[in-house]
Amino acid sequence: MNDISKNGLWQQNAILVQLLGLCPVLAISTTLVNAVSLGLATILVMLLANLAIASLRTLIPYEIRIPVFVLIIAALVTVVDLSLNAFLHDLYVMLGIFIPLIVTNCIVLARVEAFAAKNGLAAATLDGAMMGVGFLWVIALIGGLRELIGQGTLFSGIEMIFPSLTHIQLLPADYPGFLVMMLPPGAFFTLGLLIAGRNWLTARTKQRLPNQHMEAAPSAEKTPPVAA
Amino acid sequence: MSELHDPAGNTPQGAPPGRSATHIALRTAFILLAFTLAFTALMASVHYLTAPRVAASAQTEKLRLIAVVLAPTIYNNHLLNDAITLPPTGALGTTENTLLYRARKNNQPAALVFEAVAPDGYAGKINLLLAVAHTGELLALRVTQHKETPGLGDYIDPKKDRNKTRPWINQFDHLGFDRVPVEKWRVKKDGGHFDQMAGATISARAVANASGRALAWANQHREALFALPPKAQYPNTEALTEVPPEKPGVIHE
Repeated sequence: MNDISKNGLWQQNAILVQLLGLCPVLAISTTLVNAVSLGLATILVMLLANLAIASLRTLIPYEIRIPVFVLIIAALVTVVDLSLNAFLHDLYVMLGIFIPLIVTNCIVLARVEAFAAKNGLAAATLDGAMMGVGFLWVIALIGGLRELIGQGTLFSGIEMIFPSLTHIQLLPADYPGFLVMMLPPGAFFTLGLLIAGRNWLTARTKQRLPNQHMEAAPSAEKTPPVAA
Repeated sequence: MSELHDPAGNTPQGAPPGRSATHIALRTAFILLAFTLAFTALMASVHYLTAPRVAASAQTEKLRLIAVVLAPTIYNNHLLNDAITLPPTGALGTTENTLLYRARKNNQPAALVFEAVAPDGYAGKINLLLAVAHTGELLALRVTQHKETPGLGDYIDPKKDRNKTRPWINQFDHLGFDRVPVEKWRVKKDGGHFDQMAGATISARAVANASGRALAWANQHREALFALPPKAQYPNTEALTEVPPEKPGVIHE
């Protein structure tokens, strides 16, 4: 259980280590609110997808597992999309365009294929949730950094979800903005710096505790990050 | 996804050895078909169960959007039922059928609400929603869809405008050609009346020009538009007004 959480949040983080689902990450992380919204919707879909596939896994023949997985994920996303539209319409207006995008997010398919298809219900659900939370905190960090540096605010657009709240102006109001951060290159720069930061932290930890660490988790540390 | 799987754990279960390839293929196809049917049925039933609520939400959404340009105090008819269909219209920049709503107060014509498209934004089309009063003034104007550069040209959308107290788009409110003549209905950089932000003129120019064309069109066709019965199709205005047929998307000055 502990390992599943650690993998999802840090060791095998979907964005920083597996580099999966970059298309929605880079496209949606323009503001903190957008990023968190997509992150929450992704958690919900990953939870449902892992749950559904872990419980159906004995029925799915190995040869056709990918089409069946895609079918199940697409159906679940459609169900989430329709239910949000009908019952939580205000949230849907905000998230509307992001939810169909989740189908194209390879994290969902990757976790279903690599974990849910081989593990029990409880472990698979936890893995879906933790991978989703790992996705959420990184995309929220990217979104927050881009918004802060790009336009000097945080939480802009929150009034579309909670009409009583408004955004916070953190930098002076005459801050001219930094357009590059709002455009796609800013997303690449931010992501690159975050990955570099994570690799630096990992390298430092390894240097400090060379012996314990190699014994505790030899396989996780030997794997080159991108190949995971 | 290229990693190899342990074949022992993943071979099709329940397929006893010795069965023919055809048998296995048919069995696999059948399972795939069963999954497809089951999940299509799931999606269809959710769609069926949510459809009325989705339609109601869409109507509320439409009214909320209209309320942004048209104050609810101006009319008291059922706006969504008093709509007519407009064909693609060069003066509005539309390339598809659009709806035009007619607001009436105590059965007297009050205002027209309709869509227009500015084809010449910096990043393609800018969709607009306008409310034009029966007196000929533009009540309000909103950008409903655009792809202008974030942080640069997107101030045409008041949600993105940093000036929250007096957003750029509000300078069009309650203006008619009596106060801003048609030849002045353009941005200051083009010698007109409306402000633009330095460095991002194209978006403002597109919105100003498109709203001027749309306002002129509405004023010209006002009485005919109000006279049509609900749900009717407005005849092609290009033919009526003898405006040379323009290709949508290339309407520049």
